Amino acid sequence: MAVASSDTAIRTSRITRAFIYLFLLLFALFYLLPFGIMLVNSLKPLSEITGGNMIALPREWTIEPWLSAWSTAQIGVQPTGLRPYFINSLMMAIPAVILSTVVGALNGYVLTKWRFRGDTIIFGMLLFSCFIPFQIVLIPMARILGILQIAGTTPGLIMVHFVYGIGFTTLYFRNYYAAFPTELVRAAQIDGAGFFQIFWRIMLPSSGPIIAVSFIWQFTNIWNDFLFGASFASGDAAPMTVALNNLVNSSTGVREYNVHFAGAIMAAAPTLLVYIVAGRYFVRGLMAGSVKG
Amino acid sequence: MAASTDTGADFRTRLQGWLPKLVLSPSLAVMVIFVYGFIAFTIYLSFTDSRMLPSYGWVGWQNYDRLFRIREWDIAITNLAIFASLYIAISTVIGLSLAIFLDQKIRGEGILRPIFLYPMALSFIVTGTAWKWFLDPAIGIENTMHLWGWESFTFDWIKDREMAIYTVVIAAVWQSSGFVMAMFLAGLRGIDNEILKAAQIDGASNWNLYRRIILPQLRPAFLSAFVILSHLAIKSYDLVIALTGGGPGNATALPATFMYSYTFTRNQMGIGASSAVIMLMTIAAIMVPYLYAELKEKK
Repeated sequence: MAVASSDTAIRTSRITRAFIYLFLLLFALFYLLPFGIMLVNSLKPLSEITGGNMIALPREWTIEPWLSAWSTAQIGVQPTGLRPYFINSLMMAIPAVILSTVVGALNGYVLTKWRFRGDTIIFGMLLFSCFIPFQIVLIPMARILGILQIAGTTPGLIMVHFVYGIGFTTLYFRNYYAAFPTELVRAAQIDGAGFFQIFWRIMLPSSGPIIAVSFIWQFTNIWNDFLFGASFASGDAAPMTVALNNLVNSSTGVREYNVHFAGAIMAAAPTLLVYIVAGRYFVRGLMAGSVKG
Repeated sequence: MAASTDTGADFRTRLQGWLPKLVLSPSLAVMVIFVYGFIAFTIYLSFTDSRMLPSYGWVGWQNYDRLFRIREWDIAITNLAIFASLYIAISTVIGLSLAIFLDQKIRGEGILRPIFLYPMALSFIVTGTAWKWFLDPAIGIENTMHLWGWESFTFDWIKDREMAIYTVVIAAVWQSSGFVMAMFLAGLRGIDNEILKAAQIDGASNWNLYRRIILPQLRPAFLSAFVILSHLAIKSYDLVIALTGGGPGNATALPATFMYSYTFTRNQMGIGASSAVIMLMTIAAIMVPYLYAELKEKK
């Protein structure tokens, strides 16, 4: 009666298994539908959306909404499309990701292989900074960016994301390096290797996976950020998420849903691509950010 | 000559000794200023008469006093309580169920798992855009049901002041439950099969296996899920902005949207700062004991 599988202890009957598959498939549908339907409708002319069924495939396929969202749609006051904002986001995310990863790697190295009195307290302080609600720093940050004259610019946003990314990247590298044999470091030290030499020759060559985790997770967070972008970079320097929100929630004129959907998929594309190509590391990053490594 | 190389070598050794701290110190300085200094500054502002710009007239607890008399703040914290408890509970139940079911040697697990998890890679603005339209009665689910002939079907929560906050829950659960699934799945895969087999030989049913042996072992995953989800809930800002804009009216306001609008659009910086401090205290009450326990265990 029971279908036994060889290496798991849980046995389930045929009926239970049918129920399990049904449950899993229903949820797969739940996760796929909103995004899938958005994709289908971004390829329809507007009249088919307002007058038709959202589930139906387009009668007349068109890429016009995509072209419009990319280069001619009205964002704020200018009919520039999302392209300049997409570039803003790239210009913001790439330097911020690289900077915070480099600093996080060095911090993790120091905190695990060159321990000193009070290092746990410093790590604790860094760790807590990952979890503060950013509302608590918005007001002083706006002041500082103003004083440094980088308010409303991409360099300003790079700085903000770098500063608040260090905590997470340090966490990743610390957890990863904690498992790395300290004897190797000590042996190299006895052979006369210096601090940076050991990092460069011994730590870095085996850091591939955690660098991937840090890059992917930082990129996802920074690309998807809305609060900092909306607070510190409205107008021409706005990142993609802010521009998309302006496009979707602008109150003037006809609501061009198909253009909104095309824009939303463009805003999602880079992080989705990263997820599809390197989903394994993405999951590891999730874990490292929550459970201890 | 010998002496000078000696002091040279001595200097190098001392430099090597200082180097690790030297490398760490810029990060430490950045943290002290941009995190802890900023927190102190915001706390200070919450006791001042700041309006459009920071000003330094001390007013004591007046901002907090006024904050808790503002109706919108009342709505915001009530909403947060509803949103956070449902979001955490539903995400945990769905995440745990999916993880347990996926763990039954399911064919196609490799396809299903990424499907459950991909919303986590999206921006809340994208999620909000998708669901806003999906839930819009004129063109979304309600309209589709009508076109399919179910004329009496109504689903207009997003336009309903009483129900709108629940649409935020739906979209947020959609985004994060796959992540909870991944955490529980990792926990399940770490359980020793031998214990389960032994219990089974003793005649334990599946139900008892889960209730008595497996679920108790998932305690760390439950705790992590709770901490991460509550932290996400308190910080929630983008999703509300994209999905409902805080509306209808201010029916879906949350502390994060309240803080933003009082600080930057209504020029009540003192009130905004005090609401940010309340948010920080709430998160700290959850995070500090958790982080303390994690760090202590690690030593």
